[in-house]
Amino acid sequence: MTAIRRDIRFLLNDDEIRLEAVGPNDTLLDHIRLARRLTGTKEGCAEGDCGACTVLIGRLTEKGLRYEPVNACIRLLASVDRCHVVTVERLAGPHGLHPVQQAMVAEHASQCGFCTPGIVMSLYALWLSVPEPGEAEIETALQGNLCRCTGYQPIVDAARAACALGNPAEDFLVTGREAIAAKLTSFDGARVEVEKDGARAFLPADLEDFAELRADMPEATIVAGATDVGLWVTKEMRDISPAIFVGHLTELKEIAEDEAGLTLGAAVTYSEAAASIRRMFPHLSEFWPRIGGWQVRNMGTVGGNIANGSPIGDTPPVLIALGARVILRHREERRILELEDFFLDYGRQDRKPGDFLEAIHIPRPAPDTLNAAYKISKRRDEDISAVCGAFALRLDGDTVASVRIAFGGMAATPKRARGVEAALQGKPWTEETVAAAASAFAGDFSPIGDWRASADYRALIARNLLLRFFYETSDIGEPVRLSAMPVPEAAGWT
Amino acid sequence: MDLKIRGSVHTPEKHDSAEKHVTGRADYADDIAAPEGTLHAALGLSGVARGRIKSLDLSEVEAFPGVVGVLTARDIPGVNDVSSTGRHDDPVFAEEEIAFHGQPVFAVIAETRDAARRAAKKARIDVEELPHVIDVAEAIEAGYPNVTEPLTLQRGDVGPALEAAPHRLAGTLRVGGQDHFYLESHIALAIPGEDDEVTVVSSTQHPSEVQHMVAHVLGVPSNAVTVAVRRMGGGFGGKETQSSLFAAVAAVAAKRYGRAVKLRPDRDEDMIATGKRHDFLIDYEVGFGDDGRVLAMSGDFAARCGFSADLSGPVTDRALFHADNAYYYPTVRLVSRPLKTDTVSNTAFRGFGGPQGVIAAERIMEEIAYALGKDPLEVRKANFYGTGERDVTPYHQTVTDSILERIVGELEEDADYAARREAVLVHNASHRIVKKGIALTPVKFGISFTATWFNQAGALVHVYNDGSIHLNHGGTEMGQGLFVKVAQVVADCFQVDLDKVKITGTTTAKVPNTSATAASSGTDLNAMAAKAAAEEIKERLVAFAVEAFDVPPEQVAFEPNTVRVGNTRFPFPEFIKKAYLGRVHLSAAGFYKTPDIHWDRAAGKGRPFYYFAYGAAVSEVSVDTLTGEYRVDRVDILHDVGRSLNPAIDRGQVEGAFVQGMGWLTTEELWWDEKGRLRTHAPSTYKIPLASDRPRVFNVRLADWSENREPTIRRSKAVGEPPFMLAISVLEALSMAVASTADYCVCPRLDAPATPERVLMAIERLKGEGQKE
Repeated sequence: MTAIRRDIRFLLNDDEIRLEAVGPNDTLLDHIRLARRLTGTKEGCAEGDCGACTVLIGRLTEKGLRYEPVNACIRLLASVDRCHVVTVERLAGPHGLHPVQQAMVAEHASQCGFCTPGIVMSLYALWLSVPEPGEAEIETALQGNLCRCTGYQPIVDAARAACALGNPAEDFLVTGREAIAAKLTSFDGARVEVEKDGARAFLPADLEDFAELRADMPEATIVAGATDVGLWVTKEMRDISPAIFVGHLTELKEIAEDEAGLTLGAAVTYSEAAASIRRMFPHLSEFWPRIGGWQVRNMGTVGGNIANGSPIGDTPPVLIALGARVILRHREERRILELEDFFLDYGRQDRKPGDFLEAIHIPRPAPDTLNAAYKISKRRDEDISAVCGAFALRLDGDTVASVRIAFGGMAATPKRARGVEAALQGKPWTEETVAAAASAFAGDFSPIGDWRASADYRALIARNLLLRFFYETSDIGEPVRLSAMPVPEAAGWT
Repeated sequence: MDLKIRGSVHTPEKHDSAEKHVTGRADYADDIAAPEGTLHAALGLSGVARGRIKSLDLSEVEAFPGVVGVLTARDIPGVNDVSSTGRHDDPVFAEEEIAFHGQPVFAVIAETRDAARRAAKKARIDVEELPHVIDVAEAIEAGYPNVTEPLTLQRGDVGPALEAAPHRLAGTLRVGGQDHFYLESHIALAIPGEDDEVTVVSSTQHPSEVQHMVAHVLGVPSNAVTVAVRRMGGGFGGKETQSSLFAAVAAVAAKRYGRAVKLRPDRDEDMIATGKRHDFLIDYEVGFGDDGRVLAMSGDFAARCGFSADLSGPVTDRALFHADNAYYYPTVRLVSRPLKTDTVSNTAFRGFGGPQGVIAAERIMEEIAYALGKDPLEVRKANFYGTGERDVTPYHQTVTDSILERIVGELEEDADYAARREAVLVHNASHRIVKKGIALTPVKFGISFTATWFNQAGALVHVYNDGSIHLNHGGTEMGQGLFVKVAQVVADCFQVDLDKVKITGTTTAKVPNTSATAASSGTDLNAMAAKAAAEEIKERLVAFAVEAFDVPPEQVAFEPNTVRVGNTRFPFPEFIKKAYLGRVHLSAAGFYKTPDIHWDRAAGKGRPFYYFAYGAAVSEVSVDTLTGEYRVDRVDILHDVGRSLNPAIDRGQVEGAFVQGMGWLTTEELWWDEKGRLRTHAPSTYKIPLASDRPRVFNVRLADWSENREPTIRRSKAVGEPPFMLAISVLEALSMAVASTADYCVCPRLDAPATPERVLMAIERLKGEGQKE
């Protein structure tokens, strides 16, 4: 029997916090604002989309203490066990404003000020990690922060100006690193069970402990990054008890790259996976940072994106096109499934009671494979796909030797376009073939219309994305995507 | 001695709360330490769009752990109404009729916000559903009534003029609404007092109206109610009338239970239950000559007003006031149709109907340009208001202060418009997938509330006997920098450093009967009132000096942080101490009303606007014709704020308004399902611009040579709303990229918001029309 700890322990700024009465539905934001009266962190949307509640979370990883901005509104309190939570109140010291704050003031980057603390925290995280951020890095850092007043230009200017101020090496999160890490390590890694008003939260000690707990409590809610489950709590007010938190399990955070491909533990976040993804699947370099916003990518997991079975998740179509497999586990038993077979129907996956998703394996593409992944949404960043299309093609000379096409947003599940694939197979890779094959989409998918896109637009997009893939894999002598268009020279009039 | 004070007028002073914003120490209503025992309210919203309540079973709500009680229409001590126009059509809680999906039906009061929200879900509301109408076109077809009286503006006889015109065309423009998406949702904290008294902390742009509405709902006189707001986390018009409901519910609960009550709706509830920018369906017919000049213009402006009047009257009026934008219509007839729909009642939003008028004018310029094969800018210039001729608006006000020719001329040159347009045409001729577009659009915006009586303001200035100054006025701070601008004016009056002037929160107990901080008028009105108060105190101080030191008045001067009396210079605090000891009244209430404006709505004639603010923008975009996705490549703006009181604050207003306008015209889409439910009611589904959506190159300049011709506060001009409409240049640039796919032969008639979907579908439509030819 594993040792059980009955409280959650974490650091909040400079204070050590131990809490016994914690329920699985309690959010970090409510704790910060209501219990601690740290009101600098704001609630703007309670769904992880506006960033007004951004805080930094530091946690122990194999590479040491790692700090990331997250959304406190959907971050469940139990999951900050053994973490260091840093709020905006900690930034300004006795000697005045933090460099990021100074720059924000100097650039007139706040108007109503409500989004500002969250923006300061995102820029603080950027300032700590990137010495001289470029435009793209700044925009990525701000993907999860909405501002309705400024139009962002002064905020971007402040991000740039802040690098010239202060020295991250002297920041308290850097100088205090060892002491903070030692403190977090001292909060032992036993299984944690906490309860409030009969609602229970479990943090298994390790993977084996989780496998047993899961099998014993098949009704339990599994919480990894809480970017979806958090909304069940804040928006639907669902009671998720009993809940098993897995985001801290190092075994589920393993990333293994080898000749065969990439294996991601189910609790690997989008951010943690990013470097390997870029290395092994360069066609996803533009796609990956368009999943959620920065805060969401720091919390959300690839495993969760699959396990929740959403028809509009960003990663399933991409992974299906790459031929990914999932490893499902029940106690010590493991099943390996083609990812496309995991999705049975809307809201239904091939998963038995007590099963959990342990890992995802993505085969290394053959060197001559042509790959692409496209996401279409109303807004470029931090939006949910209207349609997501992924393509993997191998040519034998000019002839299609093999092709896999998968779409999200086109059916009740992420799904392959088998009719289109068949229409392309063995044909010459020409615009005529593509145009003819595109008509097969109508047989593969009957998309619905909703607030993200009409059925007609979705159907048209699917055809046009195939065309785009064709153009991109053929030399047509002009840019095919907006991102390939030259950006106008920044110098304007002053 | 310093030669100048710190933080005077015309300097780029930082926002007074900037340091508090960045440290998280700025208190918003939800951050204030609540009184002990504060209860929390949650609203129970209707789940149907229209119907009759057959029964309302709240037993499970009341039984929910932590619940203290529930409130329905029957529990309202005064009048169940928060109608801002006195029409009695805006109930706090629905009684028998459900008027829209998301209408508040009851409130639950509990020990915690969480308990209140959970309990609210336990209600059983049995409703007999009735057919509903969501869309403007459907409302017209169904013969729905107007929620308020329509307006007609006309000059000349438009029918014969259209007949006689060499060219004539007609079209329809659909313009979507917009959610305010202030980052701070609505909130009210009501604290009960003695007898009939109650104090409400409300996130509102209109404390006096909230005060009067709370009194009305409680059935007490206004003197029993105090409403206070230090700052809002954004307003944009969404907190002009919409705050009353939340304040009223909190106040009723606070009086009933004798405990403080806070009501903070969740973001989704805020978006579902409060009004937005009006969607418009605009039918236009225009006659014009070979030179592109308009000869006759007829426009029908139908608006989705929702179930009640709210501010739909003045909003739709303003749409007509701006349907000319910068252009002279020799013969014109404009008609508003403020239509009832079974949706939330739409309300004020930055521009207040103006943007929907301006966008129609710009569509007409675009139509004429495509019809004649001209550069739309050429058509625009041909139609600009003249000086001394061609200068009368459809509401019979003469335009006397136009500086558009200079603004557009400078912008055209600085932004290199002609060469860039040529480059766009060349690009489009040689590329088939990513197309480009460029457009230059101007704006002329009328400043003043069209309800003339709102153009008044009060202020209260105290000078304490240590020389420190306390400033208060009726304007509210929502991020626009009003407080610092007014403080700069007061500092300048007394010639003291800005930090000697204490900025204080707005409260109805200090300055009564104030107007909403709206219509871009906050600074124009309140700074003048504050100046009047300061000048009055100064007059008393001069009189004191004259008497005490036996000098003529012209030898008393307020110099930087000093008062000079004859040849003696006193530090300001020392002089004030002497004045106090000399029993000088060191407090004054100031008042201001805008002169020279009048408006006869029935006749459609008058001078509703004190002056106009001008600006222009050039936008260049790239469009992916396979998907409809786009990127705003470059924007250049030249905007007129008169002589800026604070160029940093004003520039921030211009940039922010532009990007907000861009959101309205591009990614922000309100989408209702067939059941009448708004499905884009949170940031996950309703997409306002992000940092990465802002123009790749964004050049913004204030026309620093401009001065208001009217004697406004330091010759400045209003800035909040006018630049919002500069974003129409983005829509037209997108339209040009679409038009390029059909060789610019057809005006694409791109409706707003031009989501990637709408852009791609317009391209498809043009392809289809091309094939027909």
